[in-house]
Amino acid sequence: MLDASDIHVSLAGAPILHGVDIAARAGEVTAVIGPNGSGKTTLMRALTGEIAYSGAAALNGVDIAGAQPWQLAAMRGVLPQSATLAFPFTVHEVVRLGLTSGIAGADDGDLVALALRAVDLCGFEGRFYQELSGGEQQRVQLARVLCQVWEPQLDGVPRYLFLDEPVSSLDIKHQLQIMRIAADYAARGGGVLAIMHDLNLTAAFADNIVLLSGGRVFAAGAPAEVLTGANLERVYDCPMHIGKGAGGIGMLVMPHMAHAARAPDRTA
Amino acid sequence: MAISSDSPTAAPRAPLAARRAGDRSALARLTIIMLAALLGLVFLFSLTSGATDTSAAAVFWALITGNAGAVGTVERVVIVDIRLPRAVLGALIGASLAVSGAVMQGLFRNPLADPGIVGVSAGAGLGAVTFIVLGGGVLAPVAALFGIYHVPFAAFLGGLVTTIVLYRVSTRHGRTSVATMLLAGIALGAMAGAFTGLLVFWADDQQLRDLTFWGLGSVAGATWIKIAAVAPIIVPVVLLAPLLARGLNAMTLGEATAQHLGLNVQRFKRIAIVAVAAATGAAVAVSGGIGFVGIVVPHLLRLLIGPDHRYLLPACALLGAVMLLLADAIARQVVAPAELPIGIVTATIGAPFFLWILLRRRGIVDL
Repeated sequence: MLDASDIHVSLAGAPILHGVDIAARAGEVTAVIGPNGSGKTTLMRALTGEIAYSGAAALNGVDIAGAQPWQLAAMRGVLPQSATLAFPFTVHEVVRLGLTSGIAGADDGDLVALALRAVDLCGFEGRFYQELSGGEQQRVQLARVLCQVWEPQLDGVPRYLFLDEPVSSLDIKHQLQIMRIAADYAARGGGVLAIMHDLNLTAAFADNIVLLSGGRVFAAGAPAEVLTGANLERVYDCPMHIGKGAGGIGMLVMPHMAHAARAPDRTA
Repeated sequence: MAISSDSPTAAPRAPLAARRAGDRSALARLTIIMLAALLGLVFLFSLTSGATDTSAAAVFWALITGNAGAVGTVERVVIVDIRLPRAVLGALIGASLAVSGAVMQGLFRNPLADPGIVGVSAGAGLGAVTFIVLGGGVLAPVAALFGIYHVPFAAFLGGLVTTIVLYRVSTRHGRTSVATMLLAGIALGAMAGAFTGLLVFWADDQQLRDLTFWGLGSVAGATWIKIAAVAPIIVPVVLLAPLLARGLNAMTLGEATAQHLGLNVQRFKRIAIVAVAAATGAAVAVSGGIGFVGIVVPHLLRLLIGPDHRYLLPACALLGAVMLLLADAIARQVVAPAELPIGIVTATIGAPFFLWILLRRRGIVDL
């Protein structure tokens, strides 16, 4: 599992994270939510070994700060918020970069095609990455990440998807599709740590939620415990209504819009 | 297409044609084989053409079959001591310039990064000139220590320092600013040029002659001793450069993602910078300023076979050698029996090409 405690991070002298505890277990989707500037991406960057932190963080028992990049690459793939390419690679070539570490876990020459199929981009192999829309690029990057850690477990050891706002630039169909891929990865024994903005998708797909505020954990636990009107109102500074989804299934998170919903009707 | 919530691994296999789409590796391998054959032809051509009208093909054939008795002394000298070292040195320099250009562009994540344009060659030149001028004076003990390698080594150090400064200045948080890189390159190049000018000012007549000959950019003065001085640097860098390919590919996605893919980014950058500086330094030390090979060759090949460095780097070595041998042939022919410095030929072809790349990129990215 991913287990981090008392994580402190300062960037350019400014403290961003103040003692964050977070755990992401295999078999579960763990979502990190919080308003802009609450430290979500900084936390992700610390947990991927990208930036220095103080505190203890281990992935499957391996100390993240002390691990070699290839050790971490064997255990987790990371989807960035966005990625630009310096050179004109085709979609096939970008996805194949996921095989760079050589430890996909599946000995399958079709992995690139399978990963592209998973993100609904069949037939895009020969297109140039730079010519795709933002949402398509995001899905190509996810296919690349899937290639890197294709099998959710390797020799019984779980692997992880670290996703930084995986659905931020996608339409609703592909939002659901990407979240299903994440949930499926967890169901097959892997772990998922996802930074999320959409609270409804979070409620629908997360098994665990960590709510960050001002670089600290405000609340953590099951969706019903974390996504309460009181918690969200405090953290997002916006009155929230928590209800049931259609047919009484799932949760629905809506801001109270009575005072801000419509401009005065000037035609009256 | 329907959304499948099934396990992605359960998806049926894509048809063969779809799997091959977007995969240019077969084309790249074919291109490398053809470039190798082309290099062989161009190499033979450069041995058999020249001012002395000998039936050089026959001479060469006689040499490699060991039937030396059939060859006159003059022909032997022309082939073995003039044309052969010139062709070998030209091929080495061309391969070195193209490979160091491609590695640098991959490292900086930008197709405009070329050792000649961003001041690395100027830095290497300063190192070389320092030893050409002061090697007989205050730096004599150091020069003696390194023997025939002292000028290449000094050029390597000059190129290394310039590359490190350039990277430090233009890269912040793993992202390289193109504008900063080019401007810093201008500043570094100007600084190296100023110090070089100062040394030229101090140089005596003999040194001035050496410097002029060197600075024009030429492989005309090729000797086996020069080859012995640079081949031990260039050959390993060119042959081992493909080991950097996976890292350079990963770096295309940015430093953070490269690290996520398992690359030790800091160590990789150090190795790549040393390789670029060594190859550039060696090339500059013996041939002066031969510009634009490092930018034209990788760019043409990226258009042809794509930017996958596993194929790009070997292809660059081969096409770089071909281009330099051809440029040398042009340099020898256009004003025969005199010769143009080869740097003039490569700049005449390469500079407009560079402008063309700039114009094309303006439509794609904001410089």
